[in-house]
Amino acid sequence: MTVLAQNSRTLQRLALMAVVMFGFGFALVPFYYRICEALGVNNLVGRADASVRNTQVDYSRSVSVEFDTNTRDLPWTFRALSNVRSIHPGELVQVDFEVRNQRGEAVTGQAIPSFSPARAAQYFHKLECFCFERQTLKAGERRVMPVVFVLDRSIPSELGTVTLSYTFFDVPAADAAAGGRRS
Amino acid sequence: MASIPGHADAGHGHEHEHHHPTGFMRWVTTTNHKDIGSMYLWFSFAMFLVGGVMALVIRAELFKPGLQFVEPEFFNQMTTLHGLIMVFGAIMPAFVGFANWQIPLMIGASDMAFARMNNWSFWLLPPAGTLLVLSLFMPGGSGGVGWTLYPPLSTQMGIGMDFMIFAVHILGMSSIMGSINIVTTILNMRAPGMTLMKMPLFCWTWLITAYLVIAVMPVLAGAVTMILCDRHFGTSFFNAAGGGDPVLYQHVFWFFGHPEVYIIAIPAFGVVSQIIPAFSRKPLFGYASMVYATSSIAILSFIVWAHHMYTTGMPVAGQLYFMYATMLIAIPTGVKVFNWVATLYRGSLSFEAPMLFSLGFLFLFTLGGFSGLVLSMTAVDVQLHDTYYVVAHFHYVMVAGALFSAFGGVYYWLPKWTGHMYDEGLAKLHFWLSLIFFNVTFFVQHFLGLAGMPRRIPDYAPQFAEFNMISSIGAFGFGLTQLLFLYVVIKCIKGGPKAAAKPWDGAEGLEWTVPSPAPYHTFETPPVVK
Repeated sequence: MTVLAQNSRTLQRLALMAVVMFGFGFALVPFYYRICEALGVNNLVGRADASVRNTQVDYSRSVSVEFDTNTRDLPWTFRALSNVRSIHPGELVQVDFEVRNQRGEAVTGQAIPSFSPARAAQYFHKLECFCFERQTLKAGERRVMPVVFVLDRSIPSELGTVTLSYTFFDVPAADAAAGGRRS
Repeated sequence: MASIPGHADAGHGHEHEHHHPTGFMRWVTTTNHKDIGSMYLWFSFAMFLVGGVMALVIRAELFKPGLQFVEPEFFNQMTTLHGLIMVFGAIMPAFVGFANWQIPLMIGASDMAFARMNNWSFWLLPPAGTLLVLSLFMPGGSGGVGWTLYPPLSTQMGIGMDFMIFAVHILGMSSIMGSINIVTTILNMRAPGMTLMKMPLFCWTWLITAYLVIAVMPVLAGAVTMILCDRHFGTSFFNAAGGGDPVLYQHVFWFFGHPEVYIIAIPAFGVVSQIIPAFSRKPLFGYASMVYATSSIAILSFIVWAHHMYTTGMPVAGQLYFMYATMLIAIPTGVKVFNWVATLYRGSLSFEAPMLFSLGFLFLFTLGGFSGLVLSMTAVDVQLHDTYYVVAHFHYVMVAGALFSAFGGVYYWLPKWTGHMYDEGLAKLHFWLSLIFFNVTFFVQHFLGLAGMPRRIPDYAPQFAEFNMISSIGAFGFGLTQLLFLYVVIKCIKGGPKAAAKPWDGAEGLEWTVPSPAPYHTFETPPVVK
């Protein structure tokens, strides 16, 4: 091969190298975002996800909450689907309760909560509860009802175990006992 | 070995010289590597003076605390243009000039591989330099963003910024073409018997440098193109509001920027590796290890870029990696320094101007290397980032490194280029004044940086006043000294004692086998190297 041909071949290769490196400069752009994503650095989207996470939850401790269920003067069976839950203060918790009407006719009842120890009551913030209103069950009906609550972060650390107890009362009987206050 | 007497008997058997233009058009149309080498060197000296005047504006403003002479905006434009002009306009073209003059002479080639492209790569430079200077006269002035052109500032500046971007594009094209030419010449045009491992080390360092240029200059072109697109075409490469990331620019830029500092330093190593053996009258110690060390530096330069970015919030693992990788570069560099010192050891030394500049290079470049090692440590760099310590560091490697080596190279080859000996007394005076004023200017900047004075700011706290005053005095002394250099060179061109073909008795290489001054055409019949 003559020197001239050799030179033009070298020129072509080197020029190709320059063009490839020009492209490489632009390829660094997606590469930068990929590598940041893979290494978890500078990940603006990831950081946004993290900020959605509830910073109000105190993951450093947990409180054991027991659920107790009773009925009074009602032909109902009533139970919590989980008897005890370990809950971080500040965490949003949902607990389901099951109630079944054993009688052949509709019955109306209302649940009344109580707490043990009693001072735990002020740290329970209920967002949803079947106890907020009367429940009427048709003959033989089974119903699963939620309680959604947050345990306040300021709950004292000595309250390691808290019991939440519900008792269902027969509403007509209760009304009668109240002397027809219900109009 | 054959050498063809050129110019004198042109017209007999040199048909390509029949229509040779004269006067100005000779220089515009020339394809001769010696003409083009001379033009490169003159251009780079002109740019050196322009960039030097800008440095003096900076130092004048910093002579005293408070704002004296220039507006802060103009001060910022001065630091920016000083950096761009010195790096791309002065130092790089100077070494391309050496390459053009010396590589064909050293490897026994008649000219560069692509003589017309060579002409083009030079003639791209004056428009680029003009664009850089013209940017000052645009509305809003030039871009006061620092030579690194960091966004978001660089995506906001006025039209002067576009001038700078185009100038960088043109300078990049020029140096890529120049480098393609150099690689091709070295790989394909060596005289018979001149194997790669017999080449003078200057050719080796330029071969490696040219590959670096071809690899990273296009990346810089891409980076500034992205800035241009962000400015005018609505893209968001670096615009955070549009989903971009300004830190990305720093990564792309320094992927170019770190090899760039070796593009400047490695040819300087080559020049010094020619001069030190010549004036020690001994062959270079550890030739092969020099080649391997230089290659290692070039390869390592690609994987250390983020040590310029320790303060951008990198993960600790990244900082550690870049710290250790950077420190690794000290090993091949140490090999080189060791080899130069070992060449001096028990040599028959003489101290002409080229040797003085090489010894100045050796001592001061090593100092600059040490301060670089200090800066490579992440924990220290976080404190020293963007202070005068960094300014002192890179001026030790750029001025005392590259520039001193270039001065040494000019004095070393001036007899070959002009046919006359230069004025040795004045040249030595040039060296000693340069050495003293350089250290007066920059040594004190270490202290300023350690005390926390930030760079690129036109004003400073009063406790920095004394060191800044000393530094400014040194800078003006250094600047004026370079007029002496100009005088010595012109005096040498005009006349002086006749130079022998080999004016230095210890010098080795094919370039000393042709008469002085080197004829217009040399090695048209390749010499045979045994």
